[in-house]
Amino acid sequence: MEFLKFNAEKCILCGLCVEKCPFNALHIEGDGIVVGDTCRMCGLCVRHCPEKAIRFEQRASTVDKSKWNDFLIYVEQERGEIHPVAFELIGEARKMASKVNFKVNCVMVGGAGTAENARKLLEYGVDHVYVYEHEGFEGFRADCYADAVADCIAATRPSSVLIGATALGRSLAPRLSTRFHTGLTADCTTLDIKPNTDMVQIRPAFGGNIMAQIAITRSRPQFATVRYRVMDRAQRVKSPAGEVVLCPVNDAMSVSRIKILSSTVIERQKSLEEEDILVVAGRGVRTEKDVEMCRELADALGGQLAFTRPMVESGYGDTAHQIGLSGRTVRPKLIITCGVSGAIQFTSCMTGSECIVAINNDPEAQIFKVAHYCIVDDLYQVVPKLTALVQNRKED
Amino acid sequence: MKIVVCMKQVPAGTKVDIDPETGAMKRMSGDTRTNPYDLFALETALALREKTGGTVTVLTMGPPQAETMMKDAYAMGADDAVILSDRKFAGADVLATSYALSQAIHVLGGADLIICGRQTTDGDTAQVGPAIAEHMHIPHAAWVAEILDADDKSIRVRQDLVSVSQVSEIPYPCLITVDKDICVPRLPSYLLKKKTAGRQVRIMSFADMPDQDLSRYGLVGSPTSVERMFAPPEIEKQVYLEGDAEQKTEQLFEILTKKKII
Repeated sequence: MEFLKFNAEKCILCGLCVEKCPFNALHIEGDGIVVGDTCRMCGLCVRHCPEKAIRFEQRASTVDKSKWNDFLIYVEQERGEIHPVAFELIGEARKMASKVNFKVNCVMVGGAGTAENARKLLEYGVDHVYVYEHEGFEGFRADCYADAVADCIAATRPSSVLIGATALGRSLAPRLSTRFHTGLTADCTTLDIKPNTDMVQIRPAFGGNIMAQIAITRSRPQFATVRYRVMDRAQRVKSPAGEVVLCPVNDAMSVSRIKILSSTVIERQKSLEEEDILVVAGRGVRTEKDVEMCRELADALGGQLAFTRPMVESGYGDTAHQIGLSGRTVRPKLIITCGVSGAIQFTSCMTGSECIVAINNDPEAQIFKVAHYCIVDDLYQVVPKLTALVQNRKED
Repeated sequence: MKIVVCMKQVPAGTKVDIDPETGAMKRMSGDTRTNPYDLFALETALALREKTGGTVTVLTMGPPQAETMMKDAYAMGADDAVILSDRKFAGADVLATSYALSQAIHVLGGADLIICGRQTTDGDTAQVGPAIAEHMHIPHAAWVAEILDADDKSIRVRQDLVSVSQVSEIPYPCLITVDKDICVPRLPSYLLKKKTAGRQVRIMSFADMPDQDLSRYGLVGSPTSVERMFAPPEIEKQVYLEGDAEQKTEQLFEILTKKKII
């Protein structure tokens, strides 16, 4: 296979890689090492080579796209549950797959219970769920999880790999795309596919009010991460026809150099993403007291107060309550922005909201481009008035 | 202990020029600042050095004007600073950027610990750190929220995943990306600034890279390409509420009530 490259000048033919290879894929032939078809990209040889003569390699310009087919979705588990972003990725992949006659497959890595969770995916119309279940996969570590998913990619040769842009996904995806020497587009907000199987990947880019359309035209697989709550969830299918495939895990694959010492559940309230009503304080809100004014509105509405990045950087709120590319993406039923200018990093993470109200005294503010109801006025008059109206209604 | 901190100079504002032909970003224009997330990485490194001893080297890829940022790093306490600068590196995406940085770290003789900020404020991808770790075949932990302990063999870190807080021990060499709020970055010191005024910032170019394969670097070595840039679509049905502040508020309240949103 084209994946492993041996540097003949450095190789001393010690045979350690041949001995360590769990798949018996390596052989010494003449004065070099030959990689057989059973290679699963586990990377043990790269790790063990004393001369550092082995590396992963795939030349970007030489890929034959017809040999890379179907979608592969990495399905994340969180405390034994499927992370809901997976259903959104399945929904999006199924839409694209129908255009180019691709299958939609999933891969799961984890400890006990993973195969059981895998079965739950079938009713959403996926074709195969590849499961790497092993006690060694209890708890996320980027190195051994990457080894398992790389094994699946090498075996199934997907055209595209979709991964949720969670803390875990953003740690895993770059390791995989780097290992396969291919492209990764982070935080896509729109995905589509061309007849030649190149994905059309759209993401908000670089500071300005700009969207970038990004393509990976010369290499496979194409990697994309997608935020939670950006895409529509997959619908259940009437007669699921997919199957769960249990993949063999050898001990070497599940060994990580990272040792988990403890893992504790973070006790938390309803997260920003789960909230139906949000009030957002932006830079137009000038003091701590004014932030409280916005909080009163949020409380009256039974929602939560959120912040823009400048507000968090100024210490008014924490990142768990920040909306934007470096914070959370939200799709509440109602979002009321107070004194928010509406930079693309903010708006791209809330335009999925059902009803957007913008209050800002600057008629040129970018936020008015995405708002459904626009109030060009002083928030210091509007917000207290609205709070009072809501409170009075409750008293009626 | 040898620590390398990867940093980046980013546009200070939100106005950025795009090269209309290649679609690549032109970084030469406008004011710049140190990516704020990288200050947490540098502070983490300096605090670790105080505990375990060793050196802190700051590394960046970008135009020579990144020297200002590196001088600031000296004034915060960095021992050595290297700018990876060459037109051949221009237009690099995650893969090519992380490859060049990993090559530079090899030239520096490797590192026990590599620290990156969680993400940059311009690209916002949070992917370069883990990609460097993969190029170097070392383990990594992303978005570290706390350093619990460190000695000459390994580091203990706490990471907050979505609903689980995980404590792990990672042996060197390894890479971590640190979250905002892991520490409070110190300010550049006037005394250190004076003391390091004459200290050079080293420039490394393509000629210094161990791998001389040009197709691994810059625009050519980048598997992703920007096909087009466009303004985000404006939504169609918009209602501008009219009247004075009070009237607007009342109208809004009526609409939201009528639509059963509140």
